[in-house]
Amino acid sequence: MKFVKNIAIALGLGSLAFSGAQAAGTAEHPLEIDWSFNGPLGQFDMASAQRGWQVYKQVCSSCHSLKYFRFRNLADIGYEEDMIKAFAAEYEVPGEVDDYGDPTVRAALPQDVFPSAFPNDNAARSANAGALPPDLSLMVKARHDGANYVYSLLVGYEDAPADFDLSSGMSYNPYFKGSQIAMAEPLFEGAVDYEDGTPATKEQMAKDVVQFLTYVAEPSLQKRHEMGIKVLIYLLILTIILYISMKKIWRPVKEGKNFYED
Amino acid sequence: MAEWKTAKPENKALGWLEERLPILSLVNNVVGPDTPTPRNLNYMWNFGSLAGLMLVVQLLSGIVLAMHYAATTDVAFDSVERIMRDVNYGWLMRYMHANGASFFFIAVYIHIFRGLYFGSYKAPREVLWMLGVVIFLLMMATAFMGYVLPWGQMSFWGATVITSLFSAIPVVGESIVQLLWGGFSVDNPTLNRFFSLHYLLPFVITGVVILHLWAKKVSDSGNPLGIEVKSSADQIPFHPFYTIKDAFGAGVFFLIFAAFIFYMPNALGHPDNYIPAEPLVTPDSIVPEWYFLPFYAILRSIDFPLGIPGVFELIDAKLLGVIAMFASILVWLALPWLDTSKVRSGNFRPVFKWFFAFLVIDMFFLTWLGGQKAEGNIPLYGKFATLYYFAYFLVILPVLSRKETPLPLPESISNPVLKPAE
Amino acid sequence: MSTLETTNHEEDGVTRRDMIHVSAGVMAGVGAIGALWPFIDQMNPAADTLALASVEVDISQIDVGSAIVIKWRGKPVFIRHRTAAEVSEAQAVPVSDLIDQQTDEERVLAGKDEWLVVMGVCTHLGCVPLGTKSGDERGDYGGWFCPCHGSHYDTSGRIRKGPAPKNLEVPEYAFLSDTTLKIG
Repeated sequence: MKFVKNIAIALGLGSLAFSGAQAAGTAEHPLEIDWSFNGPLGQFDMASAQRGWQVYKQVCSSCHSLKYFRFRNLADIGYEEDMIKAFAAEYEVPGEVDDYGDPTVRAALPQDVFPSAFPNDNAARSANAGALPPDLSLMVKARHDGANYVYSLLVGYEDAPADFDLSSGMSYNPYFKGSQIAMAEPLFEGAVDYEDGTPATKEQMAKDVVQFLTYVAEPSLQKRHEMGIKVLIYLLILTIILYISMKKIWRPVKEGKNFYED
Repeated sequence: MAEWKTAKPENKALGWLEERLPILSLVNNVVGPDTPTPRNLNYMWNFGSLAGLMLVVQLLSGIVLAMHYAATTDVAFDSVERIMRDVNYGWLMRYMHANGASFFFIAVYIHIFRGLYFGSYKAPREVLWMLGVVIFLLMMATAFMGYVLPWGQMSFWGATVITSLFSAIPVVGESIVQLLWGGFSVDNPTLNRFFSLHYLLPFVITGVVILHLWAKKVSDSGNPLGIEVKSSADQIPFHPFYTIKDAFGAGVFFLIFAAFIFYMPNALGHPDNYIPAEPLVTPDSIVPEWYFLPFYAILRSIDFPLGIPGVFELIDAKLLGVIAMFASILVWLALPWLDTSKVRSGNFRPVFKWFFAFLVIDMFFLTWLGGQKAEGNIPLYGKFATLYYFAYFLVILPVLSRKETPLPLPESISNPVLKPAE
Repeated sequence: MSTLETTNHEEDGVTRRDMIHVSAGVMAGVGAIGALWPFIDQMNPAADTLALASVEVDISQIDVGSAIVIKWRGKPVFIRHRTAAEVSEAQAVPVSDLIDQQTDEERVLAGKDEWLVVMGVCTHLGCVPLGTKSGDERGDYGGWFCPCHGSHYDTSGRIRKGPAPKNLEVPEYAFLSDTTLKIG
């Protein structure tokens, strides 16, 4: 019996030791950024999100769609209704068929989805040397450590090491799985002329666009954080009151009282 | 068996109803003032009511989600995103439901392992225990089908992998898989039927839960000492003592639950499920939800056939894995007859205690293994962990029942003088 | 065997003890009611539905004497560019002659009385009246005619003859410019 027990203990310790180890991935671990939306009280940085919208519009949107983002959502990052209408009106979307049955186009309205640069996936692939630029609506939630990952990817382009076998048309980026990515480096110093005068460094633009994309992926984040604090405080107080109530109710039991004596 | 008491409400209308449908008596006798309950239940006994509470949370949030969800492959993913973005409090409903599944399983796993340690499966509670196993199996089926509904990458590939398990069955396997799919791959018909069944099964679970409570009434609650109730001094009324204790436990449990809903709603999920299902691209690694991982690890660790190597195969590796996975849960049904020790509580079984502790570690280890890629030493560890899992139920418990010398048992719950075990 | 009575009315601290139990009950009750709200509110119109609650219509293409129908909140809305004759005809009707007494002025925006905007839903049983398209029958009073049960509406959309009890409903609308109408 003792023998079996020893084996049992040995195996148990072994399993504990191994549970710490993680299989190493092929991509570098993303940089850690202290985002404004991190933590229980975290909120979006509106100015940054607005700049990010500008980066998305002027840089990313030429290849990447934003299927779940509608112009009216811009109200959540601090834009007024007439500004939103003006943003939308810059784009054309398919309208209803006309009286002769032919398709029409009309100016986009706040309720419309941000139009994709390509009519369908195949068109997107053929315009991008066979690689499909993914939709960015949920990118931050669809990757481990998404906000840090997207940021790292955007600023992580570098020259491939001499011994790295880079395929033609690909770029070297250690944060991407396999370290080579079909997307050419998208952000360059001054690629965007910020309306608020912020200097458009590569890091600044990457931070801003991540701020915007995090909002697009999780529009309820602010509401969720605000509500969460209230709910947790309520539950904490309720639980404390229930605890005191329980202690009082249980006192006669602890004193050994018999509840079934007549 | 516990005695049945009829409630006699003062209120005339209630009295009228009670004569025709004794609903108050039912509550009163199962969780009410007239439910004598051992006075020494510890906090491990909170998890039954917590599981019941989570069932209610899942039913309510699920019915709400079904009002907005569309079970068609073209729009399923979009409809979930609409819930997250446009439906009032839709994000709350969905995060509550997704994390609620995890917390339901946490409550149920603790409830099950409490039963395993304190011998809750032993006479006269065999049927109570077996109904619990049935609930657990139904929960697994429900959770699996629910995870398919958002129609993300993990939904699709999880559905593909798990339904393909049935193809291991000889002769009819392929036909069964086609029947499950309603086609030649996981597609619209599959999504539709999974939605239908995902909505139905929770009500079946509710039915079995009622039977489970009925069986609890008949055989009474067990207790941490594992000894019989000797006199009324050993008991206290369920209400208010255990209702308030359960309420306090629920407060603590919901604090943790709320922390997940509001501050780490996606921590227990997989990021790949935010990528719409793509039948032409399999994700790097397909990982089930955490609550399936131990059983998934058992499935994967069987990569060898049953038979004599190179001579003949009785059961091929694939089928053997599937059998092992189902057997790992079904073996619980036989537990009352595998562990024949008269002593219920692990507190008085000095050797059992160690093996049980190791079973718990083994379960955590299997959970971890299930989440790893099957590379390097992982399959080997899986074999050891699986071996111990089955050995615990099929070898260790039956042998221990005969060989182990238990510690002296207390005289009674209210009078903890020790006497030698029967 | 009755036990609860004894536990509740015991010795000291009855009030203090009750207080904590009552506050626990009240707290739990308040929380339960609060938690109920999201479950109810989720049934209200969602943000995408509300975004379509108002529409903007370009009315520059509607000739005098003609009308268009648009869909708003899932129902038809008639926008008619009335002729001067139709306007004066509508204004000349004595209110006392009407089933649902309303002057034409109450049914159009001041200064824009050539534009009549009404819901295209017959107030009888909800059919869509004829009279918007050229060539449609317009009924005895030159407005709309509901083919389901024969209700006649005049050039102000008021019920004049037939089973309908009320005038065609006027939705909330405003002119954003001379050529753009916002409904809702």
